[in-house]
Amino acid sequence: MSTSREALIDPLFNNNPIALQVLGICSALAVTTKMDTALVMSAAVIFVLLFSNLFISMLRNQIPTSIRIIVQLVIIASLVIVVDQVLKAYLFEISKQLSVFVGLIITNCIIMGRAEAYAMQNPPGMSMIDGLGNGLGYGVILAGTAVIRELFGSGSLFSVQLLPLVSEGGWYTPNGLMVLSPGAFFIIGFFIWAIRTWKPEQVEQD
Amino acid sequence: MRFLRTLLDSQAHLFEKGGRLERLYPLWEAQDTILYTPGEVTRAAPHVRDALDMKRLMMVVVVALSGCIYMALYNTGYQVHLAIAGGAAPLDVWQTDAMRSMGLPFAPENLWACLVHGALYFVPVLAVTFAVGGFWEVLFASVRGHEVNEGFLVTGMLLPLTLPATIPLWQVALGVTFGVVIGKEIFGGTGMNVLNPALTARAFLFFAYPAQMSGDAIWIAAGTSPDGVSGATILAVASESGLAGVTGGLDPWQAFIGLMPGSMGETSALACLAGAFVLVATGIGSWRIMASVLVGTLGTALLLNTVGSVTNPYFEVTPLWHFLLGGWAFGTVYMATDPVSGPSTPTGHYFYGGLIGALVVLIRVVNPAYPEGMMLAILFMNLFAPLIDYLVVQANVRRRRARYAG
Repeated sequence: MSTSREALIDPLFNNNPIALQVLGICSALAVTTKMDTALVMSAAVIFVLLFSNLFISMLRNQIPTSIRIIVQLVIIASLVIVVDQVLKAYLFEISKQLSVFVGLIITNCIIMGRAEAYAMQNPPGMSMIDGLGNGLGYGVILAGTAVIRELFGSGSLFSVQLLPLVSEGGWYTPNGLMVLSPGAFFIIGFFIWAIRTWKPEQVEQD
Repeated sequence: MRFLRTLLDSQAHLFEKGGRLERLYPLWEAQDTILYTPGEVTRAAPHVRDALDMKRLMMVVVVALSGCIYMALYNTGYQVHLAIAGGAAPLDVWQTDAMRSMGLPFAPENLWACLVHGALYFVPVLAVTFAVGGFWEVLFASVRGHEVNEGFLVTGMLLPLTLPATIPLWQVALGVTFGVVIGKEIFGGTGMNVLNPALTARAFLFFAYPAQMSGDAIWIAAGTSPDGVSGATILAVASESGLAGVTGGLDPWQAFIGLMPGSMGETSALACLAGAFVLVATGIGSWRIMASVLVGTLGTALLLNTVGSVTNPYFEVTPLWHFLLGGWAFGTVYMATDPVSGPSTPTGHYFYGGLIGALVVLIRVVNPAYPEGMMLAILFMNLFAPLIDYLVVQANVRRRRARYAG
C-alpha cells in the first residue's frame, strides 16, 4: 500500500490522469480556451473526485459487486448536481460558458476510474488523498493548456489583455488555431512529449 | 577549388567521431555534400544500387518546379502592376520603395519589372522558409545523430509557392516550424511522415491566421482598386456567382497560363503541366495518381453539374474550370504524388488519386466555408494512405490464396 504522500504527488506527473492514462480528454479540449473556465472546471472536478472517492470508500464493504457501477454513478451524479447548482448560483457567467461540460463530469473517466481502481479497495482517508491528487493532476494539465491557449489565442490571461491585439491597435495577431479544439490537442501532445522526455519510464514499448 | 577541398579536409577531423564539434556533424555533412559529391562508397550489401538516390530524386522535383517558380515571380509582380494600372494604390511596404529606387515602372506589360517586383515578394518568403526550416532540420539531425536529409529541399520549395504574396514573414517562420516539427520530425524525419510537411505548414497557417491566408484582400500585393475590382481568387468568385462569374472575368487560356490572383506559385496550370511531364518522364511522380485525380475531379464535377442546385451557383462550374483554378494543378502534380505520404502500392494510387479528385470538388462546391479544397483533400487522403495500402495488400493475399485453394 502506498503512502499518503505518494497518493497525493504521484498523479501530478508520474501517473497523470491526462498525460499518462489519457482520460478526461474531452473536457480538457473543451474548457481550456480561457483560464477562468479551466480553473473553475478543475475545481469542480477536484470537488467531485474528492467526495466521490470518500463516499464510495466509506460504502465499499456494503456495495454489492453486481450493482457497484450503479451505486457509484448515483453518488457521482448527486455530487455533480450539487456542483452544477452552486456554479449556477454564484458563478453564473462561467457556468454558462462551461455549459454541458459540468454535467458531463458524471461521465469523466477519471472519476469512475478512481472509484473503481482505488476507492473500492482503500480506506476513506487515503481515498480522499488519492482523489485530491488525481484532481490536481487533471487541473495542472488544464491550467497549463489554458495558459498557452488564452495567451496565444486571445492575447489575454483571466480576460486581462496582456498582448494588445492588432484589431484593437496593438501588435499581436492572435493565433486562431489555439482557439480551435485541435490547438488543445497539439498542446496536450506537447505536454505528453515533455513529461515523457523528463520521465522516460512512461514511454510505451512498441 | 583544390584549395577549398584541402580546407574542408583539414577541418573534417573536428566533426568526425571524437572530434570537438562532433554534435555538428550533420551540418558539416550537409555543406560538404552540397559543395562536392561525397566520396563514400557502398560498404554493405546490396551492392547494386539505383543511380537515382535521394539527392537526385529531390533535385528532379526542384527542376520540375522551375516553371512554377518562374510564374510565381512573374505573376505576383504582374498582378500588382495590373491592380496599380487599374487605379489601386501601391502598398506602403519596402518592396514598393525598392521598386521606386531601382527606377522600375509599375507596368504590367514590362516583363522585367514584373519579375523583379515578384521576386521582392517571393525571395524573402523562400529565404525565411529555408533558414527556419533548415534550422529545425539541423537541430533534429544533431540531436538524433543522423544526416540532414534532402527531403527538406522540396518541402522548402513547395511551401512558399502555396502562400499568398502578402504573408508576413514571421508567419512563414511559424508555419514552416510547425510543418517540419509536427508534420515530419516527431514521426522520425523524412520518410516516416504521415502528412505532407509542406501542406501541414500551410494548413497550420490557414487555420491559425485566416485573415492572412484567405479572403479577398490578400492575394494581390496592392491596395483595393477604386473601381471595385476585387482581389478575390476566381474560386471565391465561383462560389459567389457560379460559372457566369468565372467566365465573365477570365478566359480559359488566361487561366491556363496562370495570369490570375492566387497563391504565388499555384496559379499556372501550364507550368504544372510542364512539371508533370518531367516527373512522369523521370518516373518520380506517379502518373497513376495524377490521372486518377483528374478522373475523380471530372466525374464528381460532371455529377454535380447534372444534379444542379438552385441556391448554390458553384454546382454549375464545369470540370475544365475545376482543373484550371486554384491549387488543383499544383496539388495534383506536386503534392498528391509525394511518395512518402501517399500509398505505395500501384493499385492504391488509383483509389488515393480518385478520392482526392472527388473530395476536392466536394469541399469546393458543397462546403460553403472553403472555396478551395485541394489542401484539405490531400491532407485527408494522406491519413488514409496506409489503410488503402493495407486493403490492397490484403486483397492480393486473398486472391492468391483463392488461386491455390482446394
